[in-house]
Amino acid sequence: MSHIGSYETRIKDFDWAISEKELGYKPGDVINIGWYATDRICQMGKAAKTALIHEGFTGSEKRYTYNDIRLASNTIGAFLRGLGLKDEDRVCLFMDRIPELYLGFLGILKIGAIAQPLFSAFGDESLLVRLSNAETSAILTQKKHVFKVRKILDKLPYLRHIIIVDHDGKAPLKEREVAFSLEGSKPVENLECFPTKAESPSVLHYTSGTTGMPKGVQHVHYSLISQYLTAKWVLDLQENDIYWCTADPGWVTGTSYGIIAPFSLGITQCVLDAGFSTEAWYRFIEKNRISMWYSAPTAIRSLMKGGDEIAKKFDLSSLRHLASVGEPLNSEAVVWSERVFGKPFLDTYWQTETGCIVISNYPGMEVRPGSMGKPFPGITGAILDPTRNEPYAAPGKIGLVALKFDWPSRMRTYWRNPEAFQKKFRNNWYMTGDRAKMDQDGYYWFAGRDDDIINTAGHLVSPFEVESALLEHPAVAESAVVSKPDPLNLEVVKAFVTVKPGFVASKDLDLEIMNFIRKKLSPLAMPQEIEFVDSLPKTRSGKIMRRILHAKEWGEDIGDTSTLENE
Amino acid sequence: MEGVKDVILQYVTKEYLEDDSEPIDFESPLISGGIVDSFSMVSLKRFLENKYSIQIPDDKATPEAFDSVNKIAVLVEEFVGKKG
Repeated sequence: MSHIGSYETRIKDFDWAISEKELGYKPGDVINIGWYATDRICQMGKAAKTALIHEGFTGSEKRYTYNDIRLASNTIGAFLRGLGLKDEDRVCLFMDRIPELYLGFLGILKIGAIAQPLFSAFGDESLLVRLSNAETSAILTQKKHVFKVRKILDKLPYLRHIIIVDHDGKAPLKEREVAFSLEGSKPVENLECFPTKAESPSVLHYTSGTTGMPKGVQHVHYSLISQYLTAKWVLDLQENDIYWCTADPGWVTGTSYGIIAPFSLGITQCVLDAGFSTEAWYRFIEKNRISMWYSAPTAIRSLMKGGDEIAKKFDLSSLRHLASVGEPLNSEAVVWSERVFGKPFLDTYWQTETGCIVISNYPGMEVRPGSMGKPFPGITGAILDPTRNEPYAAPGKIGLVALKFDWPSRMRTYWRNPEAFQKKFRNNWYMTGDRAKMDQDGYYWFAGRDDDIINTAGHLVSPFEVESALLEHPAVAESAVVSKPDPLNLEVVKAFVTVKPGFVASKDLDLEIMNFIRKKLSPLAMPQEIEFVDSLPKTRSGKIMRRILHAKEWGEDIGDTSTLENE
Repeated sequence: MEGVKDVILQYVTKEYLEDDSEPIDFESPLISGGIVDSFSMVSLKRFLENKYSIQIPDDKATPEAFDSVNKIAVLVEEFVGKKG
């Protein structure tokens, strides 16, 4: 029997108090995610239960019980406190998926500081804008990534501590750097958690916007209430499950459902810190007897590409429940997973800003392949008519996906950017920026983005950020960046570029620009295709008309061109 | 073959590793070892195509085929051979 039971019954008398009660939380109490994810589970008698099974790319495995993660997060928290870090200081995590990333996240929350996870593949420019905006006080990183911090250190006056978690002493520490070894530290048995309350800030995730620089999505400790219950009812995490969330904690799925939810539920979870390969993933499932698997459409399509035969070489019979997140899951992938694993991947829909799953397919509910599902109990969704910003009177029409912004894990603001936060609302609806339609039975069907943001393999990339970086290349005169359809990643980044006098478009320049963006921003933001053009379509006032280039890439009607400069 | 391997090793070292990184060899795991991710693989593929004037079909450019300098060299040789 699934935790949710009947979706229809759950929506009738839903109250988030269900979650509060299960967690033993009463309004006004102290609520600290770090404590809930470790100390509370130990106090429930599960100190010896395995919390984390970690496998590195070399195949080396480490196991941590709930008592181990309690002690480790205490130890990291105490170390940070010893450096003078305090509540609401921003502490960045800039690491591969090593144990210190997960344990450090909890340690930061325990001392009341704000965890700011950043994807370790980010280049120095991406890192700089996010650390500058947050005025980050400290960063936990590895020796393989510290060079990126060193490059931008002069521009980061607020960054007081660079904590290297795997310093081996071979090279000397530099300015503001300090070594920390979890294994070499004496475990801290008792750490007084900071008494955070419901609205105390907890996590700061950066997300891309259509215009302007990335925005810090600010969450609070009360987010636990939604993350706990959505994980329980959608991911259906059960006491004996072995859970694998494939997301990197540099992104919100990796923290909400890769740290906070599974640990607060006292579940055993696995982490594989290695690049993708079909065989390695199936082997990992077989070896660990994974029963609940939360992954992403790009990965699922990559597995599909590997074919059915390879899956048959492994014993995948432990898989009990599968779910997907990050981008729309195409119906073929749902049908394929049913054939190969005997279970469909259930699509879940949410965003960095929502903090938890808001629209989903549920265990026990009829799966309509290709559908996003229905709103989570307690969450009110609608498809708005874009001309009126009011819900359509009847289903079937494509409109804007909007939500009543009232569930516990919703973002509280964009970090020091209340104007951008306010712009997310129309007629008291939170605008997701996505378009969809609803069918007669209330299922949502994704139709696309309502803006220029590029969703590549489930990660959002701002065309503005890539265009800005392109202009820093000496050969680039102008640029326009749009999405391009891609069978594996849904969309990839494509750049249209005009070159400066004295430079010639060539294959070598194409590769040079690709690598320039990869290192400066991230591999995700690297244009997978660069088209050199003589000029870019512009309005008469000189603004680049990205939508024309986008329409051409997608084979769509280019629409009204009356404002085009050359018309 | 040795020449191809050396070229690839040199390029990966220059483009994907930092000056103070541990050196890699022909067998070092590039994809599974996190040195080259699936997105960065596109620029590595582009380099090989430019350098050797070949076209590597997407279905051949798998994470497994790009997981070491040795494996990439086998792939390159296959397509350089076809060219002739």
